[in-house]
Amino acid sequence: MTEVVDATAAGRARRERIVVNVLRVSVLVVVIGGWELLTRVGALDPFFFGRPSLVVLQIRDWIRDGTEAGPLWTQVWVTLQEALLGFAIGVVAGIVCGIALGRVRLLSRIFGPYLKVLNSIPRIVLGSIFIVWLGLGLPSKVALAVVLVFFAVFFNAFQGTREVDRNLVANARILGASGRQVTWQVVLPSALTWIIASLHVSFGFALIGAIVGEFLGAQQGLGLLISQAQGTFNPNGVFAAMVIIAVVALAAEGLIALLEKVLLSWRPPQLSGADL
Amino acid sequence: MSTPAIELRSATKRFRTPTGAAYTALRDLKLSVAPGEFCAIVGPTGCGKSTTLSLISGLERVSEGEVLVNGAPVRGIGDGIGFMFQNDAVFPWKSVLGNVAAGPLFRGVPKKDAIARARDWLRRVGLSGFEDRHPHQLSGGMRKRVALAQSLINEPRILLMDEPFSALDVQTRSIMSDELLALWELSRPTVVFITHDLEEAIALADKVVVLTAGPGTVKAAFDVELPRPRRVQEIRFEPAFVELYHRIWESLRDEVQLAYARTTTAA
Repeated sequence: MTEVVDATAAGRARRERIVVNVLRVSVLVVVIGGWELLTRVGALDPFFFGRPSLVVLQIRDWIRDGTEAGPLWTQVWVTLQEALLGFAIGVVAGIVCGIALGRVRLLSRIFGPYLKVLNSIPRIVLGSIFIVWLGLGLPSKVALAVVLVFFAVFFNAFQGTREVDRNLVANARILGASGRQVTWQVVLPSALTWIIASLHVSFGFALIGAIVGEFLGAQQGLGLLISQAQGTFNPNGVFAAMVIIAVVALAAEGLIALLEKVLLSWRPPQLSGADL
Repeated sequence: MSTPAIELRSATKRFRTPTGAAYTALRDLKLSVAPGEFCAIVGPTGCGKSTTLSLISGLERVSEGEVLVNGAPVRGIGDGIGFMFQNDAVFPWKSVLGNVAAGPLFRGVPKKDAIARARDWLRRVGLSGFEDRHPHQLSGGMRKRVALAQSLINEPRILLMDEPFSALDVQTRSIMSDELLALWELSRPTVVFITHDLEEAIALADKVVVLTAGPGTVKAAFDVELPRPRRVQEIRFEPAFVELYHRIWESLRDEVQLAYARTTTAA
């Protein structure tokens, strides 16, 4: 009896999956196809709106012939390097400061208001200052990425530290843990759930920092490609750079999801319909 | 008379509520527990039972009065103390073995020795073979065993237990109680066991202390002169047990009703 029910339930789930996939692909076909069609029949002016097929050609050209700033892979690597460096520095600084302020009440009372103020100003405008200070090269982009990443990670690490189960801390202290041991072995692992959640958005912020930095002034990078394409009224170039950035961001997201799986393996698996 | 293992002299504890008002959890509490004695504290909800343990363990400080452990006033968290919490306080990200070895490792025991001792304790609480599991993969009773081994591995001379088995079902609870008594017999630490279950209190303890509805203070203390070793599941049918239960319940009933009346009028 149950087997029959299981079989029909499994069949229904499979059918549902197929329907979802088909609909998903058709959304893509309608949007891209519609865009292509509208620019071909003249309803949309390809001079302003670009055209999907031309975007593909643009990417092919870049891969084959290189960009105005040099080979495409160099541009990707430059941007990625800036984003990764900014991400790493911002994450470490955010975790250290978040946990320090979460653990030491005096620190959070002193710095709390300042951090709120800094967080409320649109930090992207700091990009201009960093270019003035640090020049057109890598450091100014890294600095902008750090600033963007830091706050996202900081607030999560801080909150995660504050939400640590007091029983766990009390238990560790009674078992003989020193303050430092409590921080490393109780607070950090339990705040990690919060911190990792912030990493997902943070890498996006790091990319934004790098690209906006390049946009404001650079000699290489994907942001520069966009700003050059804009300067020559080439919407296809802008879209092509966007596609490349999206691929990079998705790959990074995949890596972070993998990291999450490894670091948080102790958590119970999420209850989902299929397991029940 | 020898020095009591634990002594509270007119201990009063006030907390500041978030609104800024003072809330008195314990008032003028006098309690003395002899070395090796198993003392159960019963009382209605919110009478400051848990606060008593926080004072003894050094997690909280008294507002007035004195708390002495082995004759010395409590300043900070003492060395020879074990604490079993009401809710799971095992570390969810550590394996069973890592949880049990945590105490010795915190105290600087070499890793190899700590692991060996942890394996030994896991065997004693019947969890051999579960070393690599994580707490969420265990049943409630098994998690309690991990917590018990985690506390006992430090060989505390004083074991404080805050309704440790209240989350378990009735059968598991009496099995755990038997196991606790068997382990307690081995080294006979001083135990303060908090519970709202009078049956559990009498079955386990040498002395049952009844607290008043909050602010908590001692209403009465009863010696339990039932022979050991005891079988928790069966002892409750003995006439002496039943008679004692009636006497203590007489004392406890008013407090329970008072506490209940407060919760209904406050709501």
